[in-house]
Amino acid sequence: MLAEKVEELSGENLYACYQCGKCSAGCPMAEMMDFLPNQVILLILRGDEGVIDSKTPWICAQCYQCGTRCPKNVDITKIMEALRAIKLRKNIDHLKINKLKKLPQIAVVSATRKYTG
Amino acid sequence: MKIAYYPGCTLKTDAKNFENATINLFKKLGVELIELKKWYCCGTVYSLTKDNLMYRLAAIRNLIKAKEEGYDKITTLCSICYNTLKQANEMARNDREAMDKINSFMEEEIDYDGSVEIIHPLEILKNMEDKIRENVKKPLNKKYASYYGCLLLRPKNIAIDEFENPSIMERMLEACGGKLINFPLKNECCGSYTVVEDKNAVVERCYRIISNAKINGADAIITSCPLCHFNLSEIQEEIKKCYTTFTGLPVLYFTEVMLEALEG
Repeated sequence: MLAEKVEELSGENLYACYQCGKCSAGCPMAEMMDFLPNQVILLILRGDEGVIDSKTPWICAQCYQCGTRCPKNVDITKIMEALRAIKLRKNIDHLKINKLKKLPQIAVVSATRKYTG
Repeated sequence: MKIAYYPGCTLKTDAKNFENATINLFKKLGVELIELKKWYCCGTVYSLTKDNLMYRLAAIRNLIKAKEEGYDKITTLCSICYNTLKQANEMARNDREAMDKINSFMEEEIDYDGSVEIIHPLEILKNMEDKIRENVKKPLNKKYASYYGCLLLRPKNIAIDEFENPSIMERMLEACGGKLINFPLKNECCGSYTVVEDKNAVVERCYRIISNAKINGADAIITSCPLCHFNLSEIQEEIKKCYTTFTGLPVLYFTEVMLEALEG
């Protein structure tokens, strides 16, 4: 079950979410996403495996805005990490290494930590 | 006063100017920053999966080094290092099961229990406001937008100031004579490491942030994070390609500006 897996990896209770949309309203990256953070939770709960291939978890920059504002204390940042982990642990990396040019270490190391398994 | 200092990777290369300015600023205020004799990269962004503790080892190992060298308090400049070390330390303090695993895995190191305190330079400066005022030789005469980004303020339990409306950086710059503008996007993320994968996302974020600072009358943006600094300054050329009417703003580290005021 997808929901169980995500809860196990993130340590968050998905069923606490009541779809108020506050996470998506505050998310600075929302306009680049195919599914909004609250929609991602809904899709996981519906067991829609397609959410694993969504752009959203990779666009998340781990800024913690969503979880800080959540009235139910659901840390959506951790849910995004869980979705990334599901893919990365199947040995499917998200990063094309040849894109790394003229970037400071801080960006390169962060990206390899988040985009490779 | 002496305080232990953990630099992290970028402070020794791309953000060397940030490190130099900070060390000199603190020296002027009578505080010596003493670099740890041995330190490693903290692993940058804090890992959030619950079952994989391997990613937390780098941060914990640095805290062990600080403890071994006899410190109970360390400071670090980079926002990502601050966030990662502080969150790892919170885990060490609150998750005994995880720490038992980590301590037994690193059997050659001393056990760690969360006893080292991580403090951000802004938190040290906050208690020296009067001293800063007394030492200003040439008051700042520009209007600044202080930009915090995300990792100094969130998650809530590690915030250096009020997480929705921080003012600590403004207070320091005001003490140096600077005028601070109201800047509602000061705690909105710049896009962080997504610049590696998707430059457009960062172009959009930084366009919003810089334009907002500009509309509110800023002459410069002040930051404390090497990655925010990179994104906000380096991406301006890319922004100009997408938004032809866009004119940029200089992006500076808070200690660079403060040192300028104190050196005269």
